[in-house]
Amino acid sequence: MSGNDFFGDLRDLYQEVILDHGRKPRNFRRLEDADSTSRGDNPMCGDRMELFLKMTPDGHIADAAFQGRGCAVSMASASLMTETVKGKTPQEAQALGTAFRDLAMTGQCPTCAASLEDAMERLTPLSGVHEFPSRVKCATLAWHTLNAALAGAKEASSE
Amino acid sequence: MSFDVHRIRQDFPILSQPQHGKPLVFLDSGASAQKPRAVIDAMTRCMETAYANVHRGAYRLSEVATDAYEAARGAVARFINAPDAREVVFTRNSTEAINLVAHSWGRGVMRPDQAVLISELEHHANIVPWQMLRDDRGNPLRVCRVTDSGELDMEDLAAKLADGKVGLVALAHMSNVLGTVTPVERVVALAHAHGAKVLLDGSQAVVHRRVDVAAIGCDFYCFTGHKLYGPTGIGVLWGKLEHLDRMPPFLGGGDMIESVSFEKSTWAKPPARFEAGTPAIIEAVGLHAAIDYVNAIGMPAIEAHERALVDHAMRKLSDVPGLTLLGRAQDRGGVFAFALDNAHPHDLSTLLDRAGICIRAGRHCAEPLHTRFGLEQGTARASFGLYTTPEEVDYLAGALVKAREFFA
Repeated sequence: MSGNDFFGDLRDLYQEVILDHGRKPRNFRRLEDADSTSRGDNPMCGDRMELFLKMTPDGHIADAAFQGRGCAVSMASASLMTETVKGKTPQEAQALGTAFRDLAMTGQCPTCAASLEDAMERLTPLSGVHEFPSRVKCATLAWHTLNAALAGAKEASSE
Repeated sequence: MSFDVHRIRQDFPILSQPQHGKPLVFLDSGASAQKPRAVIDAMTRCMETAYANVHRGAYRLSEVATDAYEAARGAVARFINAPDAREVVFTRNSTEAINLVAHSWGRGVMRPDQAVLISELEHHANIVPWQMLRDDRGNPLRVCRVTDSGELDMEDLAAKLADGKVGLVALAHMSNVLGTVTPVERVVALAHAHGAKVLLDGSQAVVHRRVDVAAIGCDFYCFTGHKLYGPTGIGVLWGKLEHLDRMPPFLGGGDMIESVSFEKSTWAKPPARFEAGTPAIIEAVGLHAAIDYVNAIGMPAIEAHERALVDHAMRKLSDVPGLTLLGRAQDRGGVFAFALDNAHPHDLSTLLDRAGICIRAGRHCAEPLHTRFGLEQGTARASFGLYTTPEEVDYLAGALVKAREFFA
């Protein structure tokens, strides 16, 4: 029996994009000249990350990077997030975070603005997490951490 | 009675319930065990035929319920070979039992300069109450090291007792992560020689081993019903009567007093002193049924089954590529925490669930122990019950190999 059949419908959650980003997270580094940093914790499972943001003079996110440890879902989510928020204003990034949380919790995003469509398409592989209630916070930890960093807070928790 | 695991499995209704279309392979009994029909029926029968509040009604039904509740206390006393049933206090769980001792013995009997000695392998339930005592009353907290093989460092234990300033040694009888069974008789001898009392958290041990508190010689022993195939909401604190007699109440209320006036109340004798309010009557009946169930199979037979299962699991899990087992104690029970090189414990748990396998992922309420072994991200844990079969262990090992391929 192949792993696919053996583990049922788990490819819905662990799509190739997720496994790839989980194994090789993008932007997995420190930004020494970051304008803001924040730490995210999921105390229940021990997931932990540090997020670094570099802003342009006119207030856009110039660069986003992270370091940390966690499951494939949380690492992939953080990796995809750092890719999608680059070039966005803090307001746009926060709106994207709200839309993503809807996606992670319901599998859909009814309130998704047209301007976010491209970014949301990149994040869609994570929508399968809504079928796994105990894993939703793995996917949302990075976005909680982003909100904290944008608000100037040092810590965020997904609890 | 000979031990037939396949016949025993038929006593547990939930084990025939498929999960995700696959047979249930329940390997999380260390967190909470499944319930046999005998326990379920005893609790139902209590509610249907013999239920009223205890210790107060001068009518037959209340007397019947009181008898059932006190019979459960007697069964617990015999189960752990306590010399006197009055030494058995019903609590909600082990956590409450430890908190009871931390409050009542810790604040009421111990001096603030006396230290509490715990170990690196403790469950949070046997760490946090002592930290609260330290922060409240100043009692220093000492921590005995654990060796790389996951055993109590007895030299360190002796060193930390040497100055005679430890008032209480509080240790797990069996680790809920490493499976290590601690050498409690040696610990008690050492502690008593240095003037320290001993509390043992038997939450895991009592399920896997015949526990004899008189032979161990400890001062306090606690365990919880739900890991022993009984219901949730009922636990046990056993304490020597001479200790319980000296201890002030933990919670105040009905049932724990001798007389009450607005000026002063006087306390009932143990165990009633520590059982304020209406107790968990139905749960006590359920625990009694669980003890009867375990006794009928026989603790020696359960132990033998488990030893064979542990040996089998050691071999099978050691054969899984990329698997690191946490702790290799000589004396161990059926609890296996492990890390798989390329699969995070949470991903692994989600994956195995789809194969019908329930394991626990995380740090199992033992964060300092995971830090000690450099596994801050947590581990996966498979823990056995008396219904666990070698075939289930084989299925787990096979699934772990497949999971590793899945994440490769």
